[in-house]
Amino acid sequence: MIPATFECYRPKTVDEALSLISQYKDEAKVLAGGQSLIPMMKLRFARYPVIIDIGGLDELRFIKEEDGKIKIGALTKHREVEKSELISSKIPVLSYCASEIADIQVRNMGTIGGSLAHADPSADFPPVMLVLEADVVAKSQNGERTISVKDLFVSVFETSLKEDELLTEVQIPIPDNNMKFGYKKFPHPATGFAVVNCAVGLKMNGNTVEDIRVAFGGMTTSPYRDYELEEKLKGKELNDSLIEEVSDSIGEGKDIISDYYADADYRKHVAKTFFKRLANELRGS
Amino acid sequence: MEISLTVNGEKHTVDVPPNTLLVYLLREVLNLTGTHIGCDTSSCGACTVIMNGKAVKSCTVFAFQADGAEIITVEGLAKNGELHPVQEGFMEKHGLQCGFCTPGMLVLAYELVNTEEDLSEEKLRKALKGNLCRCTGYQKIVEAIQYAKEKV
Ligand SMILES: Cc1cc2nc3c(=O)[nH]c(=O)nc-3n(C[C@H](O)[C@H](O)[C@H](O)COP(=O)(O)OP(=O)(O)OC[C@H]3O[C@@H](n4cnc5c(N)ncnc54)[C@H](O)[C@@H]3O)c2cc1C
Ligand code: FES
Ligand code: FES
Repeated sequence: MIPATFECYRPKTVDEALSLISQYKDEAKVLAGGQSLIPMMKLRFARYPVIIDIGGLDELRFIKEEDGKIKIGALTKHREVEKSELISSKIPVLSYCASEIADIQVRNMGTIGGSLAHADPSADFPPVMLVLEADVVAKSQNGERTISVKDLFVSVFETSLKEDELLTEVQIPIPDNNMKFGYKKFPHPATGFAVVNCAVGLKMNGNTVEDIRVAFGGMTTSPYRDYELEEKLKGKELNDSLIEEVSDSIGEGKDIISDYYADADYRKHVAKTFFKRLANELRGS
Repeated sequence: MEISLTVNGEKHTVDVPPNTLLVYLLREVLNLTGTHIGCDTSSCGACTVIMNGKAVKSCTVFAFQADGAEIITVEGLAKNGELHPVQEGFMEKHGLQCGFCTPGMLVLAYELVNTEEDLSEEKLRKALKGNLCRCTGYQKIVEAIQYAKEKV
């Protein structure tokens, strides 16, 4: 399969890329690792007159610790996130999450910025980024702004990034040592994408929940934090019956996806099961 | 677009349209037909090649993304008539039947034996996720790669 032809630019610096993006606006599409864009172009689900290949912007390929945060350049490959010793020592759940994406070949090309900008509701990173309360940095010729990941995902393949903005960096506050994180995904056997995925962060004080964060992907058109569920648990003594009771509300009142992979009831069931398992694993029983 | 790349140690400069995929550049322009096209939809791994030391699916990489890169295809594994340990492993352990998936398997195995310390069966089966084989049931492929790891 051959994608429709296009004009191609290969900027060497972020400034050059931003100027091309503002020049071509919606005629142009940014190409990072290409692991989502190229399949779509080959199937001709998408065609663009201009492709701006940002793959050569080495200034956006880094993993560093600064101001209590782990900062990851948008062009950092999934495999680099998976293998980073800094990440596995400070945020092990993120290394694990990266290792669950697709296969080695895709992880060698696909980038963290591309994954977040693509906003696939079944992608691996989003729920984990939501519980880690990460931010992304968006840059345009007019300047730079920070967007909280919870405000990034708008709908399927749709984010709050503006047409002339490039996602340049992901910033993750290094979590409190006492907060434990876990991630589970039920992958579709053929595509590897999550039918449902779930990330939980839990901080206990004895038997009491001091803080909890829960996020789901694959359930609705965007991955989401379940703040209502969190509120029902904060300050409470965590036991089997409470976990069972609160998990009943997961997915209620939401427009849960039903498709040929799984219907809404099945998705809710998987989400509840993941939440219960993670809550139990993280509280240490 | 003009693209320069090194393939199996040989430098090439080619002029191809921007929508050319790396696999077509290799197979149809450079006549290196060892790299196979199985699914053409990023799933099967038959088109796997090494780009700057990393295994990638060449049906899901534009040729221009390989500008300036070092590519190794299955044709580049053997040196001076001597098989690479991964090739020897596939031969010794019967890691293939029809052979269609084999170029991709060998090339992925090349990255694995060079970069991974732990090639336990569990790790290997996860690492082979992007390479489909319709014949062997993977058991012999796992044994072949473990054999090669001992030799490198
Ligand atoms: C076989 C296969 C299996 C996969 N399985 C999984 C899986 O299990 N889990 C998972 O999470 N993902 C999976 N993926 C997707 C993969 O993770 C992609 O790498 C990722 O979604 C996109 O990253 P990319 O760098 O390849 O982006 P590209 O494909 O280059 O771009 C994707 C989109 O993001 C935009 N974009 C990219 N970078 C930026 C930026 N810096 N600023 C603004 N916009 C940008 C592009 O314009 C485009 O719209 C799979 C892909 C394949 C081919
Ligand atoms: S031909 Fe490239 S992955 Fe199947
Ligand atoms: S040997 Fe036939 S597909 Fe693998």
